[in-house]
Amino acid sequence: MIAVERLTVAFGAIYALREVSLRAETGRITAVLGANGAGKTTLLRTISGLVAPQSGTVSLDGRVLTHRRTEDIARLGVGHVPEGRGVIAEFTVEENLRLGAIVARVPLEEGLAQQYETFPVLGQRRKQHAAKLSGGERQMLAMARALIARPSVLLLDEPSLGLAPLVTAQLMATVAELCSTKDLTVILVEQNASSALRIAHHAVVLNVGSVVADAPAEVVAADERLRQYYLGMVE
Amino acid sequence: MDGFLTSRVVTDILGGLTNGAIYGLVALSLVLVWRATRVLNFAQGAMPMFATYLGMGLLSYHWPYWVCVGVSLVAALAIGAVTERVLVRPLYGKPEINPIVVMVGYLIILEAFAAAIWSTTPRSLPAPFSPIDWKLAGRPVGLSPFSLFEIVTALVVMGAIVTLFRFTRLGLQLRASALAPEVSRLLGVRVGRMLTLGWMLSTAVGAVTAILVASNFFTGLTPQLMDGIFAFGFIAAAVGGLDSPVGAVASGIALGVVLQFVGDYLNSNAIILVALGILIVSLMVRPNGLLTRSTARRV
Repeated sequence: MIAVERLTVAFGAIYALREVSLRAETGRITAVLGANGAGKTTLLRTISGLVAPQSGTVSLDGRVLTHRRTEDIARLGVGHVPEGRGVIAEFTVEENLRLGAIVARVPLEEGLAQQYETFPVLGQRRKQHAAKLSGGERQMLAMARALIARPSVLLLDEPSLGLAPLVTAQLMATVAELCSTKDLTVILVEQNASSALRIAHHAVVLNVGSVVADAPAEVVAADERLRQYYLGMVE
Repeated sequence: MDGFLTSRVVTDILGGLTNGAIYGLVALSLVLVWRATRVLNFAQGAMPMFATYLGMGLLSYHWPYWVCVGVSLVAALAIGAVTERVLVRPLYGKPEINPIVVMVGYLIILEAFAAAIWSTTPRSLPAPFSPIDWKLAGRPVGLSPFSLFEIVTALVVMGAIVTLFRFTRLGLQLRASALAPEVSRLLGVRVGRMLTLGWMLSTAVGAVTAILVASNFFTGLTPQLMDGIFAFGFIAAAVGGLDSPVGAVASGIALGVVLQFVGDYLNSNAIILVALGILIVSLMVRPNGLLTRSTARRV
Protein backbone atom coordinates (compact mmCIF):
# COMPACT_ATOMS: atom_id res chain seq x y z
CA MET A 1 0.00 0.00 0.00
CA ILE A 2 1.18 3.48 -0.87
CA ALA A 3 0.25 6.18 1.64
CA VAL A 4 0.69 9.83 0.75
CA GLU A 5 0.38 12.19 3.73
CA ARG A 6 -0.12 15.94 3.41
CA LEU A 7 2.30 16.20 0.49
CA THR A 8 3.22 19.73 -0.64
CA VAL A 9 5.40 20.40 -3.65
CA ALA A 10 6.30 23.84 -5.01
CA PHE A 11 8.33 24.93 -7.99
CA GLY A 12 9.46 28.40 -7.01
CA ALA A 13 6.38 30.34 -5.99
CA ILE A 14 3.99 27.96 -7.73
CA TYR A 15 2.42 25.12 -5.79
CA ALA A 16 2.09 21.93 -7.79
CA LEU A 17 0.65 19.96 -4.87
CA ARG A 18 -0.92 21.31 -1.70
CA GLU A 19 -1.35 19.04 1.32
CA VAL A 20 -2.31 16.07 -0.82
CA SER A 21 -3.17 12.89 1.08
CA LEU A 22 -4.28 9.63 -0.47
CA ARG A 23 -4.02 5.88 -0.10
CA ALA A 24 -3.50 3.32 -2.82
CA GLU A 25 -4.46 -0.13 -1.53
CA THR A 26 -2.65 -3.32 -2.47
CA GLY A 27 -4.28 -5.30 -5.27
CA ARG A 28 -6.38 -2.36 -6.37
CA ILE A 29 -6.24 0.31 -9.04
CA THR A 30 -6.36 3.87 -7.77
CA ALA A 31 -7.05 6.38 -10.53
CA VAL A 32 -5.71 9.90 -10.15
CA LEU A 33 -7.74 12.18 -12.39
CA GLY A 34 -7.84 15.84 -13.22
CA ALA A 35 -7.17 18.38 -15.91
CA ASN A 36 -3.84 19.38 -17.34
CA GLY A 37 -1.73 21.02 -14.63
CA ALA A 38 -3.69 19.46 -11.78
CA GLY A 39 -0.50 17.99 -10.34
CA LYS A 40 -0.96 14.35 -11.38
CA THR A 41 2.46 13.86 -12.92
CA THR A 42 4.12 15.76 -10.08
CA LEU A 43 2.46 13.38 -7.63
CA LEU A 44 3.99 10.34 -9.35
CA ARG A 45 7.39 12.01 -9.73
CA THR A 46 7.39 12.84 -6.04
CA ILE A 47 6.53 9.25 -5.10
CA SER A 48 9.51 8.10 -7.23
CA GLY A 49 11.85 10.65 -5.69
CA LEU A 50 12.42 12.61 -8.89
CA VAL A 51 10.91 15.66 -7.19
CA ALA A 52 11.61 16.59 -3.57
CA PRO A 53 8.55 17.72 -1.60
CA GLN A 54 8.46 20.83 0.61
CA SER A 55 6.65 18.85 3.25
CA GLY A 56 4.69 15.66 3.76
CA THR A 57 5.63 12.01 3.32
CA VAL A 58 5.16 9.07 1.00
CA SER A 59 5.38 5.56 2.39
CA LEU A 60 5.26 2.07 0.96
CA ASP A 61 3.83 -0.53 3.35
CA GLY A 62 4.86 1.65 6.28
CA ARG A 63 8.38 2.31 4.98
CA VAL A 64 9.02 6.00 4.33
CA LEU A 65 10.15 6.70 0.75
CA THR A 66 10.52 10.47 1.02
CA HIS A 67 14.11 11.71 0.61
CA ARG A 68 15.34 8.39 -0.70
CA ARG A 69 17.06 8.32 -4.08
CA THR A 70 15.02 7.42 -7.15
CA GLU A 71 17.12 4.33 -7.88
CA ASP A 72 16.67 3.10 -4.31
CA ILE A 73 12.92 3.65 -4.47
CA ALA A 74 12.87 1.61 -7.69
CA ARG A 75 14.84 -1.13 -5.94
CA LEU A 76 12.24 -1.17 -3.13
CA GLY A 77 9.65 -2.29 -5.69
CA VAL A 78 8.16 0.86 -7.17
CA GLY A 79 7.79 0.58 -10.95
CA HIS A 80 7.19 3.88 -12.72
CA VAL A 81 6.13 4.12 -16.35
CA PRO A 82 6.72 7.80 -17.04
CA GLU A 83 4.75 10.21 -19.15
CA GLY A 84 5.76 9.71 -22.77
CA ARG A 85 6.75 6.09 -21.90
CA GLY A 86 10.50 6.63 -21.67
CA VAL A 87 11.29 3.76 -24.01
CA ILE A 88 14.95 3.99 -25.09
CA ALA A 89 14.58 4.28 -28.85
CA GLU A 90 18.24 3.43 -29.57
CA PHE A 91 17.87 0.09 -27.75
CA THR A 92 16.19 -3.00 -29.11
CA VAL A 93 13.01 -4.25 -27.47
CA GLU A 94 15.00 -6.91 -25.65
CA GLU A 95 17.68 -4.47 -24.48
CA ASN A 96 14.95 -2.27 -23.00
CA LEU A 97 13.61 -5.30 -21.14
CA ARG A 98 17.08 -6.40 -19.99
CA LEU A 99 17.57 -2.93 -18.56
CA GLY A 100 14.30 -3.24 -16.67
CA ALA A 101 15.49 -6.57 -15.26
CA ILE A 102 18.67 -5.09 -13.73
CA VAL A 103 17.07 -5.01 -10.29
CA ALA A 104 14.97 -8.16 -10.74
CA ARG A 105 15.57 -11.06 -8.42
CA VAL A 106 14.36 -13.65 -10.93
CA PRO A 107 16.58 -15.06 -13.71
CA LEU A 108 16.57 -12.94 -16.86
CA GLU A 109 15.31 -15.68 -19.19
CA GLU A 110 12.35 -16.43 -16.94
CA GLY A 111 11.44 -12.75 -16.75
CA LEU A 112 11.70 -12.28 -20.50
CA ALA A 113 9.58 -15.37 -21.20
CA GLN A 114 6.92 -14.08 -18.84
CA GLN A 115 6.73 -10.64 -20.46
CA TYR A 116 6.65 -12.14 -23.96
CA GLU A 117 3.72 -14.28 -22.81
CA THR A 118 1.83 -11.25 -21.47
CA PHE A 119 2.75 -9.10 -24.48
CA PRO A 120 3.25 -11.48 -27.44
CA VAL A 121 3.93 -8.64 -29.88
CA LEU A 122 7.09 -7.76 -27.96
CA GLY A 123 8.35 -11.31 -28.39
CA GLN A 124 7.84 -11.09 -32.14
CA ARG A 125 9.78 -7.81 -32.29
CA ARG A 126 12.43 -8.51 -29.67
CA LYS A 127 15.40 -7.81 -31.97
CA GLN A 128 13.96 -4.59 -33.42
CA HIS A 129 14.89 -1.13 -32.28
CA ALA A 130 12.25 0.42 -30.05
CA ALA A 131 12.16 3.40 -32.42
CA LYS A 132 10.32 1.15 -34.89
CA LEU A 133 7.42 0.37 -32.54
CA SER A 134 3.96 1.94 -32.73
CA GLY A 135 2.62 4.05 -29.85
CA GLY A 136 0.65 1.15 -28.39
CA GLU A 137 3.61 -1.21 -28.66
CA ARG A 138 5.86 1.33 -26.97
CA GLN A 139 3.41 1.60 -24.10
CA MET A 140 3.39 -2.19 -23.78
CA LEU A 141 7.20 -2.23 -23.82
CA ALA A 142 7.35 0.46 -21.14
CA MET A 143 4.94 -1.54 -18.98
CA ALA A 144 6.74 -4.83 -19.57
CA ARG A 145 10.04 -3.16 -18.73
CA ALA A 146 8.63 -2.00 -15.40
CA LEU A 147 6.94 -5.34 -14.68
CA ILE A 148 9.98 -7.53 -15.40
CA ALA A 149 11.53 -6.21 -12.16
CA ARG A 150 8.49 -7.68 -10.30
CA PRO A 151 7.49 -4.44 -8.59
CA SER A 152 4.84 -4.34 -5.87
CA VAL A 153 3.68 -0.91 -7.03
CA LEU A 154 3.08 0.25 -10.58
CA LEU A 155 2.80 3.97 -11.31
CA LEU A 156 1.32 4.63 -14.75
CA ASP A 157 1.46 8.17 -16.12
CA GLU A 158 -1.06 8.79 -18.90
CA PRO A 159 -0.72 5.40 -20.59
CA SER A 160 -3.55 6.19 -23.00
CA LEU A 161 -1.96 9.39 -24.32
CA GLY A 162 -1.84 9.35 -28.12
CA LEU A 163 -3.37 5.87 -28.42
CA ALA A 164 -6.43 4.90 -30.46
CA PRO A 165 -9.55 4.09 -28.38
CA LEU A 166 -9.37 0.39 -29.19
CA VAL A 167 -5.69 0.17 -28.17
CA THR A 168 -6.47 2.10 -24.99
CA ALA A 169 -9.25 -0.35 -24.13
CA GLN A 170 -6.89 -3.33 -24.61
CA LEU A 171 -4.24 -1.67 -22.51
CA MET A 172 -6.67 -0.92 -19.69
CA ALA A 173 -7.86 -4.53 -19.75
CA THR A 174 -4.25 -5.70 -19.42
CA VAL A 175 -3.68 -3.34 -16.47
CA ALA A 176 -6.82 -4.62 -14.74
CA GLU A 177 -5.77 -8.23 -15.25
CA LEU A 178 -2.20 -7.65 -14.05
CA CYS A 179 -3.45 -5.86 -10.97
CA SER A 180 -5.69 -8.70 -9.90
CA THR A 181 -3.38 -11.62 -10.80
CA LYS A 182 -0.14 -10.14 -9.42
CA ASP A 183 -1.58 -8.34 -6.40
CA LEU A 184 -0.11 -5.07 -7.64
CA THR A 185 -0.79 -1.67 -6.19
CA VAL A 186 -1.58 0.43 -9.26
CA ILE A 187 -1.74 4.22 -9.36
CA LEU A 188 -3.14 5.20 -12.71
CA VAL A 189 -2.82 8.84 -13.72
CA GLU A 190 -5.15 9.75 -16.57
CA GLN A 191 -6.71 12.67 -18.33
CA ASN A 192 -8.92 10.18 -20.09
CA ALA A 193 -11.22 9.82 -17.07
CA SER A 194 -13.85 7.53 -18.58
CA SER A 195 -11.45 4.75 -19.59
CA ALA A 196 -9.60 4.98 -16.27
CA LEU A 197 -12.82 4.86 -14.22
CA ARG A 198 -13.91 1.74 -16.09
CA ILE A 199 -11.12 -0.33 -14.49
CA ALA A 200 -10.30 1.64 -11.32
CA HIS A 201 -11.52 0.60 -7.89
CA HIS A 202 -10.90 3.95 -6.33
CA ALA A 203 -10.47 7.45 -7.71
CA VAL A 204 -8.87 10.65 -6.51
CA VAL A 205 -9.59 13.89 -8.35
CA LEU A 206 -7.01 16.66 -8.26
CA ASN A 207 -7.59 20.28 -9.16
CA VAL A 208 -4.72 22.79 -9.23
CA GLY A 209 -2.77 20.77 -6.72
CA SER A 210 -5.50 19.93 -4.22
CA VAL A 211 -7.68 16.87 -3.73
CA VAL A 212 -11.29 17.68 -4.56
CA ALA A 213 -12.64 14.13 -4.43
CA ASP A 214 -11.49 10.83 -2.96
CA ALA A 215 -14.06 8.06 -3.34
CA PRO A 216 -14.80 4.66 -4.88
CA ALA A 217 -14.57 4.83 -8.67
CA GLU A 218 -18.27 4.24 -9.23
CA VAL A 219 -19.15 7.11 -6.90
CA VAL A 220 -16.86 9.48 -8.78
CA ALA A 221 -18.19 8.23 -12.10
CA ALA A 222 -21.74 8.96 -11.01
CA ASP A 223 -21.06 12.41 -9.59
CA GLU A 224 -22.46 14.91 -12.05
CA ARG A 225 -20.60 17.87 -10.53
CA LEU A 226 -17.19 16.17 -10.67
CA ARG A 227 -17.80 14.93 -14.17
CA GLN A 228 -18.67 18.36 -15.44
CA TYR A 229 -16.28 20.64 -13.62
CA TYR A 230 -13.13 18.58 -13.15
CA LEU A 231 -13.18 15.68 -15.53
CA GLY A 232 -14.54 17.33 -18.64
CA MET A 233 -16.97 14.47 -19.20
CA VAL A 234 -19.98 15.96 -20.93
CA GLU A 235 -22.90 13.74 -21.90
CA MET B 1 57.48 -10.59 -52.23
CA ASP B 2 60.34 -9.39 -50.06
CA GLY B 3 60.65 -6.33 -52.24
CA PHE B 4 56.95 -5.64 -51.87
CA LEU B 5 57.00 -5.95 -48.08
CA THR B 6 59.87 -3.52 -47.80
CA SER B 7 58.50 -1.12 -50.42
CA ARG B 8 57.82 2.50 -49.57
CA VAL B 9 54.02 2.06 -49.76
CA VAL B 10 53.87 -0.93 -47.40
CA THR B 11 56.29 0.73 -45.00
CA ASP B 12 54.09 3.83 -44.94
CA ILE B 13 50.97 1.75 -44.36
CA LEU B 14 52.56 -0.13 -41.46
CA GLY B 15 53.92 3.06 -39.90
CA GLY B 16 50.55 4.71 -40.38
CA LEU B 17 48.75 1.83 -38.69
CA THR B 18 51.02 2.15 -35.67
CA ASN B 19 50.34 5.89 -35.32
CA GLY B 20 46.68 5.40 -36.17
CA ALA B 21 46.25 2.84 -33.40
CA ILE B 22 47.39 5.53 -30.94
CA TYR B 23 45.07 8.18 -32.43
CA GLY B 24 42.24 5.64 -32.30
CA LEU B 25 42.84 5.00 -28.61
CA VAL B 26 42.82 8.72 -27.80
CA ALA B 27 39.62 9.12 -29.84
CA LEU B 28 38.07 6.16 -28.01
CA SER B 29 38.84 7.69 -24.62
CA LEU B 30 37.24 10.98 -25.72
CA VAL B 31 34.15 9.14 -26.94
CA LEU B 32 33.77 7.25 -23.65
CA VAL B 33 33.56 10.49 -21.70
CA TRP B 34 31.45 12.28 -24.28
CA ARG B 35 28.87 9.48 -24.42
CA ALA B 36 28.57 9.24 -20.67
CA THR B 37 28.52 12.88 -19.68
CA ARG B 38 28.48 15.10 -22.81
CA VAL B 39 31.76 16.70 -21.78
CA LEU B 40 34.49 17.32 -24.32
CA ASN B 41 37.46 16.51 -22.14
CA PHE B 42 40.40 18.70 -23.10
CA ALA B 43 42.38 17.22 -20.20
CA GLN B 44 42.01 13.79 -21.81
CA GLY B 45 45.75 13.72 -22.51
CA ALA B 46 46.94 15.36 -19.30
CA MET B 47 45.07 13.10 -16.87
CA PRO B 48 46.70 9.88 -18.17
CA MET B 49 50.04 11.69 -18.41
CA PHE B 50 49.85 12.36 -14.68
CA ALA B 51 48.89 8.74 -13.99
CA THR B 52 51.80 7.55 -16.11
CA TYR B 53 54.26 9.66 -14.09
CA LEU B 54 52.82 8.25 -10.86
CA GLY B 55 53.12 4.65 -12.04
CA MET B 56 56.17 4.59 -14.29
CA GLY B 57 58.08 6.85 -11.89
CA LEU B 58 58.36 3.77 -9.67
CA LEU B 59 60.82 2.35 -12.21
CA SER B 60 63.41 4.58 -10.48
CA TYR B 61 62.84 2.53 -7.34
CA HIS B 62 63.48 -0.68 -9.30
CA TRP B 63 59.87 -1.78 -9.40
CA PRO B 64 59.27 -4.34 -12.20
CA TYR B 65 58.06 -2.84 -15.50
CA TRP B 66 54.65 -4.54 -15.63
CA VAL B 67 53.92 -3.71 -11.99
CA CYS B 68 54.56 -0.05 -12.84
CA VAL B 69 52.14 -0.37 -15.77
CA GLY B 70 49.55 -1.78 -13.37
CA VAL B 71 50.08 1.07 -10.91
CA SER B 72 49.69 3.60 -13.76
CA LEU B 73 46.35 2.05 -14.71
CA VAL B 74 45.10 2.05 -11.12
CA ALA B 75 46.23 5.68 -10.75
CA ALA B 76 44.36 6.52 -13.96
CA LEU B 77 41.17 4.90 -12.66
CA ALA B 78 41.47 6.91 -9.45
CA ILE B 79 42.20 10.19 -11.25
CA GLY B 80 39.20 9.58 -13.53
CA ALA B 81 36.91 8.92 -10.59
CA VAL B 82 38.06 11.90 -8.52
CA THR B 83 37.90 14.25 -11.52
CA GLU B 84 34.31 13.25 -12.32
CA ARG B 85 33.12 13.47 -8.71
CA VAL B 86 34.86 16.71 -7.77
CA LEU B 87 35.33 18.77 -10.93
CA VAL B 88 32.76 17.59 -13.43
CA ARG B 89 29.69 16.70 -11.37
CA PRO B 90 28.88 20.31 -10.40
CA LEU B 91 28.90 21.19 -14.12
CA TYR B 92 26.06 18.92 -15.28
CA GLY B 93 23.13 20.90 -16.60
CA LYS B 94 25.24 24.03 -16.99
CA PRO B 95 25.99 25.71 -20.34
CA GLU B 96 28.23 23.63 -22.60
CA ILE B 97 31.08 26.12 -22.45
CA ASN B 98 31.54 25.63 -18.68
CA PRO B 99 33.04 22.13 -18.74
CA ILE B 100 35.25 23.14 -21.68
CA VAL B 101 36.73 26.06 -19.75
CA VAL B 102 37.15 23.94 -16.62
CA MET B 103 38.84 21.08 -18.49
CA VAL B 104 41.24 23.41 -20.32
CA GLY B 105 42.17 24.93 -16.96
CA TYR B 106 42.58 21.45 -15.51
CA LEU B 107 44.89 20.52 -18.40
CA ILE B 108 47.12 23.52 -17.69
CA ILE B 109 47.18 22.84 -13.96
CA LEU B 110 48.03 19.15 -14.39
CA GLU B 111 50.87 19.90 -16.81
CA ALA B 112 52.22 22.61 -14.50
CA PHE B 113 52.08 20.31 -11.49
CA ALA B 114 53.78 17.51 -13.40
CA ALA B 115 56.55 19.88 -14.47
CA ALA B 116 56.96 21.14 -10.90
CA ILE B 117 57.12 17.65 -9.42
CA TRP B 118 58.99 15.70 -12.08
CA SER B 119 60.62 18.49 -14.18
CA THR B 120 60.21 18.93 -17.91
CA THR B 121 63.25 16.83 -18.82
CA PRO B 122 62.06 13.84 -20.85
CA ARG B 123 62.36 10.55 -19.03
CA SER B 124 62.99 7.57 -21.21
CA LEU B 125 60.86 4.55 -20.48
CA PRO B 126 62.13 1.10 -21.38
CA ALA B 127 60.19 -0.34 -24.30
CA PRO B 128 58.85 -3.77 -23.36
CA PHE B 129 59.71 -5.02 -26.85
CA SER B 130 62.42 -4.08 -29.33
CA PRO B 131 61.68 -0.88 -31.25
CA ILE B 132 64.02 -1.90 -34.06
CA ASP B 133 62.30 -2.80 -37.32
CA TRP B 134 62.33 -6.35 -38.52
CA LYS B 135 64.46 -6.89 -41.60
CA LEU B 136 63.80 -8.86 -44.74
CA ALA B 137 66.83 -9.58 -46.91
CA GLY B 138 68.70 -6.83 -45.14
CA ARG B 139 66.02 -4.14 -45.62
CA PRO B 140 63.71 -2.84 -42.82
CA VAL B 141 60.01 -3.77 -43.05
CA GLY B 142 58.55 -0.74 -41.28
CA LEU B 143 57.28 -2.83 -38.41
CA SER B 144 59.05 -3.58 -35.14
CA PRO B 145 58.07 -5.91 -32.31
CA PHE B 146 57.14 -2.81 -30.32
CA SER B 147 54.97 -1.26 -33.02
CA LEU B 148 53.24 -4.62 -33.48
CA PHE B 149 52.68 -4.59 -29.70
CA GLU B 150 51.15 -1.10 -30.02
CA ILE B 151 48.72 -2.22 -32.72
CA VAL B 152 47.75 -5.40 -30.87
CA THR B 153 47.28 -3.51 -27.59
CA ALA B 154 45.07 -0.95 -29.30
CA LEU B 155 42.95 -3.68 -30.88
CA VAL B 156 42.62 -5.59 -27.60
CA VAL B 157 41.59 -2.45 -25.68
CA MET B 158 39.06 -1.50 -28.35
CA GLY B 159 37.69 -5.04 -28.46
CA ALA B 160 37.35 -5.11 -24.69
CA ILE B 161 35.47 -1.81 -24.61
CA VAL B 162 33.10 -2.83 -27.40
CA THR B 163 32.45 -6.19 -25.71
CA LEU B 164 31.77 -4.45 -22.41
CA PHE B 165 29.27 -2.06 -23.98
CA ARG B 166 27.50 -4.54 -26.24
CA PHE B 167 27.34 -7.75 -24.33
CA THR B 168 27.35 -7.14 -20.60
CA ARG B 169 24.81 -6.01 -18.03
CA LEU B 170 27.20 -3.30 -16.93
CA GLY B 171 27.60 -2.06 -20.50
CA LEU B 172 23.83 -1.92 -20.89
CA GLN B 173 23.59 0.27 -17.80
CA LEU B 174 26.47 2.48 -18.99
CA ARG B 175 24.76 3.05 -22.33
CA ALA B 176 21.33 3.60 -20.76
CA SER B 177 22.69 6.10 -18.24
CA ALA B 178 24.19 8.11 -21.09
CA LEU B 179 21.09 7.99 -23.29
CA ALA B 180 18.30 8.34 -20.73
CA PRO B 181 19.50 9.14 -17.21
CA GLU B 182 16.08 9.75 -15.70
CA VAL B 183 14.48 6.61 -17.11
CA SER B 184 17.52 4.61 -16.01
CA ARG B 185 17.13 5.84 -12.45
CA LEU B 186 13.44 4.90 -12.50
CA LEU B 187 14.57 1.38 -13.41
CA GLY B 188 16.97 1.26 -10.48
CA VAL B 189 20.22 1.93 -12.35
CA ARG B 190 22.75 3.79 -10.20
CA VAL B 191 23.36 6.46 -12.82
CA GLY B 192 25.85 8.50 -10.76
CA ARG B 193 28.13 5.47 -10.47
CA MET B 194 27.83 4.75 -14.18
CA LEU B 195 28.98 8.25 -15.09
CA THR B 196 31.95 7.96 -12.75
CA LEU B 197 32.76 4.59 -14.28
CA GLY B 198 32.72 6.14 -17.76
CA TRP B 199 35.39 8.62 -16.69
CA MET B 200 37.43 5.89 -15.02
CA LEU B 201 37.40 3.69 -18.12
CA SER B 202 38.28 6.63 -20.32
CA THR B 203 41.27 7.64 -18.21
CA ALA B 204 42.50 4.04 -18.07
CA VAL B 205 42.35 3.78 -21.87
CA GLY B 206 44.25 7.08 -21.89
CA ALA B 207 46.93 5.67 -19.59
CA VAL B 208 47.51 2.69 -21.89
CA THR B 209 47.96 5.20 -24.71
CA ALA B 210 50.25 7.47 -22.71
CA ILE B 211 52.54 4.58 -21.75
CA LEU B 212 52.79 3.48 -25.38
CA VAL B 213 53.58 7.03 -26.50
CA ALA B 214 56.14 7.61 -23.73
CA SER B 215 57.88 4.34 -24.57
CA ASN B 216 58.89 5.84 -27.89
CA PHE B 217 62.60 6.48 -27.58
CA PHE B 218 62.42 9.87 -29.29
CA THR B 219 59.58 11.20 -27.13
CA GLY B 220 60.11 9.91 -23.63
CA LEU B 221 57.78 10.90 -20.79
CA THR B 222 57.22 14.66 -20.50
CA PRO B 223 54.39 16.76 -19.06
CA GLN B 224 53.41 17.78 -22.62
CA LEU B 225 53.60 14.18 -23.78
CA MET B 226 50.02 13.96 -25.04
CA ASP B 227 49.46 17.48 -26.41
CA GLY B 228 50.23 16.71 -30.05
CA ILE B 229 48.67 13.24 -29.95
CA PHE B 230 45.54 14.70 -28.37
CA ALA B 231 45.04 17.00 -31.36
CA PHE B 232 45.07 14.05 -33.78
CA GLY B 233 42.91 11.93 -31.47
CA PHE B 234 40.45 14.79 -31.21
CA ILE B 235 40.28 15.14 -34.98
CA ALA B 236 39.74 11.38 -35.31
CA ALA B 237 36.92 11.48 -32.75
CA ALA B 238 35.25 14.45 -34.42
CA VAL B 239 35.51 12.88 -37.87
CA GLY B 240 34.35 9.43 -36.73
CA GLY B 241 31.53 10.76 -34.60
CA LEU B 242 31.79 11.50 -30.88
CA ASP B 243 28.97 9.05 -30.20
CA SER B 244 30.53 6.10 -31.98
CA PRO B 245 33.40 4.13 -30.39
CA VAL B 246 33.88 2.05 -33.54
CA GLY B 247 33.79 5.17 -35.73
CA ALA B 248 36.36 6.91 -33.55
CA VAL B 249 38.77 3.99 -33.68
CA ALA B 250 38.33 3.42 -37.42
CA SER B 251 38.87 7.07 -38.25
CA GLY B 252 41.89 7.20 -35.93
CA ILE B 253 43.53 4.35 -37.84
CA ALA B 254 42.60 5.84 -41.21
CA LEU B 255 43.95 9.24 -40.14
CA GLY B 256 47.24 7.66 -39.09
CA VAL B 257 47.70 6.01 -42.48
CA VAL B 258 46.73 9.09 -44.49
CA LEU B 259 49.03 11.37 -42.51
CA GLN B 260 51.93 8.93 -42.86
CA PHE B 261 51.62 9.21 -46.64
CA VAL B 262 51.33 12.99 -46.41
CA GLY B 263 54.50 13.16 -44.34
CA ASP B 264 56.39 10.82 -46.63
CA TYR B 265 55.29 12.02 -50.06
CA LEU B 266 54.56 15.73 -49.37
CA ASN B 267 56.26 17.23 -46.40
CA SER B 268 56.13 16.49 -42.68
CA ASN B 269 55.13 20.11 -42.07
CA ALA B 270 51.97 19.50 -44.09
CA ILE B 271 50.72 16.80 -41.68
CA ILE B 272 48.86 19.08 -39.27
CA LEU B 273 47.49 21.20 -42.11
CA VAL B 274 46.07 18.16 -43.87
CA ALA B 275 44.68 16.86 -40.58
CA LEU B 276 42.87 20.14 -39.93
CA GLY B 277 41.67 20.20 -43.53
CA ILE B 278 40.17 16.72 -43.09
CA LEU B 279 38.45 17.93 -39.91
CA ILE B 280 36.95 21.00 -41.56
CA VAL B 281 35.75 19.15 -44.65
CA SER B 282 34.24 16.30 -42.66
CA LEU B 283 32.45 18.69 -40.29
CA MET B 284 30.99 20.48 -43.29
CA VAL B 285 29.82 17.28 -44.95
CA ARG B 286 28.75 15.21 -41.92
CA PRO B 287 28.62 17.41 -38.80
CA ASN B 288 27.73 14.44 -36.60
CA GLY B 289 30.56 12.22 -37.78
CA LEU B 290 30.90 9.74 -40.59
CA LEU B 291 29.73 6.66 -38.73
CA THR B 292 26.90 7.93 -36.55
CA ARG B 293 23.40 7.01 -37.53
CA SER B 294 21.12 9.63 -36.06
CA THR B 295 21.49 13.14 -37.40
CA ALA B 296 19.40 15.02 -34.89
CA ARG B 297 18.08 14.56 -31.41
CA ARG B 298 14.37 14.93 -30.89
CA VAL B 299 13.55 17.41 -28.14
